[in-house]
Amino acid sequence: MTAAFQKLGDELAVAEAWMLVGKEVVVATVVETWGSAPRPVGSHLVIDQDGNFEGSVSGGCVEGSVITDAMDVLKSGEPKMLEFGVADETAWQVGLSCGGKIRVYLERIG
Amino acid sequence: MDPQSLKELNAAKRARKAVILLTEIETGRDRLVLESDTVSGELGEAIAKAFGDGKSRMLEIDGSEYFLNVHIPAPRIVVIGAVHISQALAQIAKTAGYDLEVIDPRTAFATPERFQGVSLHADWPETVLKAHPLDAFTALVAVTHDPKIDDFPIKAALESNCFYVGALGSRKTHAKRLERLAASGVASAELDRICAPIGLDIGASSPQEIAIAIMAEIIGAFRKRSLKMGDSSEVVAS
Repeated sequence: MTAAFQKLGDELAVAEAWMLVGKEVVVATVVETWGSAPRPVGSHLVIDQDGNFEGSVSGGCVEGSVITDAMDVLKSGEPKMLEFGVADETAWQVGLSCGGKIRVYLERIG
Repeated sequence: MDPQSLKELNAAKRARKAVILLTEIETGRDRLVLESDTVSGELGEAIAKAFGDGKSRMLEIDGSEYFLNVHIPAPRIVVIGAVHISQALAQIAKTAGYDLEVIDPRTAFATPERFQGVSLHADWPETVLKAHPLDAFTALVAVTHDPKIDDFPIKAALESNCFYVGALGSRKTHAKRLERLAASGVASAELDRICAPIGLDIGASSPQEIAIAIMAEIIGAFRKRSLKMGDSSEVVAS
């Protein structure tokens, strides 16, 4: 979807709802893409302390890894930048099969 | 992410307002920027550009990285008149990715059979717009030719700062319309915002061609929205 006004999912509404019931939440955001990345810049994946998640930052290729890192961010409270792509040495374990490259920013709410 | 920023961001999205969440990467500190906010310097320029093209992006200023997440409401089209042109426009708008709804109190025109899969209100614009107000991310297309039906929503669209206001009718019809609207208190600068004759001048003749000309004009108005906003603020300042 290339339209700049893509209809926004309601991941952030989910994040707010989780926050309001006292859950700890991490927001992951695609902040940069190169090549044929599956999800546009600005896309969100939100994760709670139990590993429940909503939304996506890729077509399912790297979500598992993002969720693992989200748990660290949840504990430390420090934001973290992740990078995925074929250039990465871990490409054969966790990477984008489409050949693109993405940067994903993780931050805890509050 | 600041819990307050998250709440304000979600509230702005629900209210169909354009906003940017600005995050400093290193610290994770963020703030919500409204389109009406004035931000100076390099950051301000980048923010204005992002509101214009709607694209989220990374930014580096004085060695610090920032992320601008742009939230622009989906543009929608409100059509006054369930006529032949509107039937074609409903199809074309769908292709272009714009939401569309049709309002016409004439129940002979506003039938579900003629507008399958289209959001249709067989009621007066006065009534429908009270429940679903127009806004800056809405285009108004008035195509009934009937002052009793068209005039109210045109005036409402100008007041709501709709990014596009188009009205069907010959130059003669439009001249009379302008007289009526002026008499009802609409300023002449506002009247100039009405696109009439409606649609890009491509010599459109059939209802389908006219619908394409209207759609093209709406796309132009939406994509050049920020430029026009810049112009109008200059006018105010001078």
